[in-house]
Amino acid sequence: MKPFTTLTGTAAPLLRANVDTDLIIPKQFLKTLVRTGLGRHLFSEIRYDAEGRELPEFILNQPAFRGAEVLLSGPNFGCGSSREHAPWALLDFGIRCVIAPSFAEIFFNNCFANGILPLALPMAAIQQLAEAKGPVTVDLPEQTVSAAGLCFRFELEPARKNTLVQGLDEIARSLACLPAIEAYEANRTQATPWL
Amino acid sequence: MTNGARTLYDKLWEAHLVATRDDGTSLLYIDRHLVHEVTSPQAFEGLRMAGRPLRRPEAILSVVDHNISTQNRTTEIAEETSRLQVAALVENVQAFGVPYIPLLDDRQGIVHVIGPEQGFTLPGATVVCGDSHTSTHGAFGALAFGIGTSEVEHVMATQTLPQRRSKNMRVRFEGTLPPGLGGKDLALRLIGQIGTAGGTGHVIEFAGSAVRDLSMEGRMTLCNMAIEAGARSGLVAPDEITFAYLAGRPMAPAGPLWDQAVASWKTLATDAGAAFDREVVIEVSDLAPQVTWGTSPEAVVAITGCVPDPALAASAAEREAMTLALAYMDLRPGTPMEEVTVDVVFIGSCTNGRIEDLREAAAVARGRKVAAGVRALVVPGSGLVKLQAEAEGLDRIFLEAGFEWRLPGCSMCLGMNDDRLEPGERSASTSNRNFEGRQGRGGRTHLVSPGMAAAAAVTGRFTDVRRLLEAQ
Repeated sequence: MKPFTTLTGTAAPLLRANVDTDLIIPKQFLKTLVRTGLGRHLFSEIRYDAEGRELPEFILNQPAFRGAEVLLSGPNFGCGSSREHAPWALLDFGIRCVIAPSFAEIFFNNCFANGILPLALPMAAIQQLAEAKGPVTVDLPEQTVSAAGLCFRFELEPARKNTLVQGLDEIARSLACLPAIEAYEANRTQATPWL
Repeated sequence: MTNGARTLYDKLWEAHLVATRDDGTSLLYIDRHLVHEVTSPQAFEGLRMAGRPLRRPEAILSVVDHNISTQNRTTEIAEETSRLQVAALVENVQAFGVPYIPLLDDRQGIVHVIGPEQGFTLPGATVVCGDSHTSTHGAFGALAFGIGTSEVEHVMATQTLPQRRSKNMRVRFEGTLPPGLGGKDLALRLIGQIGTAGGTGHVIEFAGSAVRDLSMEGRMTLCNMAIEAGARSGLVAPDEITFAYLAGRPMAPAGPLWDQAVASWKTLATDAGAAFDREVVIEVSDLAPQVTWGTSPEAVVAITGCVPDPALAASAAEREAMTLALAYMDLRPGTPMEEVTVDVVFIGSCTNGRIEDLREAAAVARGRKVAAGVRALVVPGSGLVKLQAEAEGLDRIFLEAGFEWRLPGCSMCLGMNDDRLEPGERSASTSNRNFEGRQGRGGRTHLVSPGMAAAAAVTGRFTDVRRLLEAQ
């Protein structure tokens, strides 16, 4: 996984609450067998009309935001399904950081498996970032977000931060605990043989 | 926790703790893993790329449910991408030696229906699946939660998951549910109160007299929708109703092992005096059937109520969200819910596709006709549910009333197959999400119980099911 340290880029505001996973990537695009190529379908139903033409008013269709690397949004971002296609679509579009006041849990977890930083800030700060001129800089080691004349500190659990900064392979980490897993399984066979 | 009293969640967590890592995260053992075609191909591919074996294939049960036709199983799926995804699962389970229920097997069905049905889901187990509605299995006192595809791969390779401990929340439904109401009304009533993020960071234990009185089907419906309240898991402590449901199931223990298991399962209850981080108490004796009006499962009113008015919203942000939702739903504030007409009725899904749900809908449909202009689908949650319904004659009741009687699958809950709403169509749906476009681009979904869905089918509009039941 690609490590995440600092990122400077355009921040696109999509300031609505409860952006759900069906909105991020609708069902018809879940039929893929690979993790890539979903960027063009990101937010499909509010980005294109029924004939597949771009809706000019949608934020990611506007010239200034077509290359956005940061997404600003409202509370409970990523609610709904467990589809990892949601972070895959964001990543494939080029978005590596979503800033919102809160996130749904499964989406939040899925981000870390894909090198995306789901970053929590109060709505008022997000409003200010949305109104700021120029790019936004996210500094994960320092846990700050800054833009012209603005700087906010954000909180993140150290283990989460470490996963992103080092680009850790979580499966390899768990496999390093193999002796503990084997010991657990031996005990489990005795204690709950029906499992 | 200072008094040593533990919640059910505490007990499940501690019993599955493999290791606490130096970064403070915990490695949790996973007993049961359900796999379907949509969220697994990249996980199998990941194992292949890394040359990693599957640690315990026998801990998995796999099935296809999302992409399949509910009308025809004898010819190939017409849409290529759906067909390829189904074929990929079949190829993968063969290559990795994973137990699989074939499409043409009577046991095939929605992953969250077949797990309990086969006795694969057991109290005290950890159950995961690449699907958010895995919370369903918590109805058995199992710690069950949805995971992403990277986590599916993680469980396949290690039989564990790195986890953070959730907070404890208890929701007590007290009193006696009135006739005509069930688990769906409890779930919607709760989400209407605490919101779709109300349970975030928590595991919700459902308790109280109204939960104890629920059948396993009702408890599964309730736990299924814990995720719509933001909680990854819902829980109900196992009891005699749970044991009676599981006894004799193909994958449940039998003989002396059954007795040993039941003795262990009886310890799976929250200790007296255990502390919860949050508690919600809802009195249900006066509850009316619930129905959603907007594009989030928290947009709930009683069927006796009206479409709410954004002008009365608590904040500007809420007013804007409500206005957007009403525009999408094409509803006017103040309209009585019973005046809202429907085009499509969908009875099925992992929320309400079980035998009791079909009985509830059939009781309303019996001797009535689907209203002119309404398309009504009944999609059993599994082949075994379908056979049971047919043995009871429910299929004939539905067919005579003008409902379509379909083959099992996820179907119009999310429309990954060809069962979809057309733009602008309005549905009464027993599924779990009313998000924009969920059942088809431009479709307008109202979430209701199976009885309420059947009532909408026969009257052509949202109707208080209690009135139809009284009239019989």
